[in-house]
Amino acid sequence: MKEIVVVSGKGGTGKTSVTASLSFLGGKDVVTADCDVDAADMHLLLNPDFAYVEDFYSGVIAKIDQDTCISCGKCAQVCRYDAIQVDDGIHTVIPLDCEGCGYCARICPETAITMKEQNVGKWYISTIKTGGIMVHARLGIGAENSGKLVARVKNEVKKIAGESGIDIILVDGSPGIGCPVVSSLSGADFVVLVTEPTVSGLHDLKRVHELVKKFNIKSGCIINKADLNPEIADLIKVFLGKEDIIHLADLPYDETFTKAMTMGQTIIEYKESSLKKDIAECWQKIKHIIYI
Amino acid sequence: MKIAIASGKGGTGKTTLATNLSSYLAEFHPLVLVDLDVEEPNSGLFIHGELIHSEDTFKKIPIWDKNKCTLCGLCQEVCNFHSVIKLGNQIMVFPELCHGCYACSELCPDEALPMISEKMGELKYYETGSFSFVESKLDIGQEQAVPLIAQTIAYVEKTFPDDIVKLYDSPPGTSCPVIEATKTADLIILVTEPTPFGLHDLKLAVATMRELKKRFAVVVNRYGIGNDDVLTYCNGEDIHILAKLPNNRKIAELYSRGSLVYKEIPEVERELEKIAIYILNMKVRVKK
Repeated sequence: MKEIVVVSGKGGTGKTSVTASLSFLGGKDVVTADCDVDAADMHLLLNPDFAYVEDFYSGVIAKIDQDTCISCGKCAQVCRYDAIQVDDGIHTVIPLDCEGCGYCARICPETAITMKEQNVGKWYISTIKTGGIMVHARLGIGAENSGKLVARVKNEVKKIAGESGIDIILVDGSPGIGCPVVSSLSGADFVVLVTEPTVSGLHDLKRVHELVKKFNIKSGCIINKADLNPEIADLIKVFLGKEDIIHLADLPYDETFTKAMTMGQTIIEYKESSLKKDIAECWQKIKHIIYI
Repeated sequence: MKIAIASGKGGTGKTTLATNLSSYLAEFHPLVLVDLDVEEPNSGLFIHGELIHSEDTFKKIPIWDKNKCTLCGLCQEVCNFHSVIKLGNQIMVFPELCHGCYACSELCPDEALPMISEKMGELKYYETGSFSFVESKLDIGQEQAVPLIAQTIAYVEKTFPDDIVKLYDSPPGTSCPVIEATKTADLIILVTEPTPFGLHDLKLAVATMRELKKRFAVVVNRYGIGNDDVLTYCNGEDIHILAKLPNNRKIAELYSRGSLVYKEIPEVERELEKIAIYILNMKVRVKK
């Protein structure tokens, strides 16, 4: 089983549009996972049926029983997150600030604090427009543990791929370098970095690549909007050469991306374009690389 | 007065707006721009100034003192994050999982898990001549952005006077880092683009701001691309659209080079003026 993870560091480089296109090209031969659980968008292009849904519980938050509480204030003293507010002697927990460490519950002399399991989101198994399977998720508002939801989605997608004998897993990662990205990368066989030739694109590419290096995973890079700034595109290529990252494709600055998106389509379904050919070649290249 | 610039979707133009608006607004009012997108801070690429102050930032993690430890295992029992684990006759600490709650350290009967500082990132403060700029950068491999965001806000509140406009360039998304960056703001400007992805993520961001009971308004970037669904949605939900920045390849090119946009594109300057007037009016009202 081969797991391909698409990340970008910077948001808005075209990561999701590219991943959805690869998923469309892969058809029933890939299982797709949307691990950008914080702002999951791939379903807008792949038309999943949300056939199976499950609540995701992870972590706990503190709740104070007002009948038992004697307002001693010990909970507020030990809380490092200022998550316990005192109003007129009444102690309550601010749910968004509580990290769920359970320290307060442990030291409360009246055992007035319980730790309640949290519903932090939902995850789904769907059949998408290609007939392939996609696992996707939606994190609740302001929820923590996005890394754990990503891990859950990835476990599920591996299980499905294993059971149905599908060899390629395609994962849309999240932007940044924090916990959901770390979670997306763990266990990957190949990383596709989608970047753009802007000062921010290059800066963020370098940072996310540093992270990928820690995992010791082979990677390739797609330079999207490559003609926007040829000088920076060249700098990116120099960086790729130096860091032994495979240069997978240059895609042009092209509003076709947005037009296709507005129709709810991937680039591959949208009318004939040079982009379509470029992405199809890129997919062949990726498949070739992962099977070497 | 604190204003956070946020968005559900990444790459909608938060940093473009934050840097251009800072430069524009600073002509009328003292201002500090703070880059709280600590995982991928980019504002600094557009801003050049004199470095005033630089410091490493730290989080507290426990360290095992085997000479004091009696291997009672209480630390493992109290750690909800599986960051402290008793393995045979030793205690192992996994700093990347630690949330710094101090439970293991303070509840240890033998004081065998003192808290020490571990570097998580860097904070830098610059003066540009017209405004101040603070940025923090998370070290690669550190997973938790929230403590660094909180420390950066604390530094800004300590260093700058109350009546200065504080502009926070926030991380994308709707999860814990965004909450941390926006929760103390008087106004949140949500930047979106008129595309299906833009609209979908705007709805999530709006739901988040409503949950937090925050005052917010929208700036539509790349206006002219995609369709009118974002405008229809905002009108239907009675959400104020502060400005529309045009879709223009020239803007993308200026951005790609790290240049400010409004000085070369008058349309953008006119839109920034609308936002500036809104902010300065609001500031007068907040003061009263």
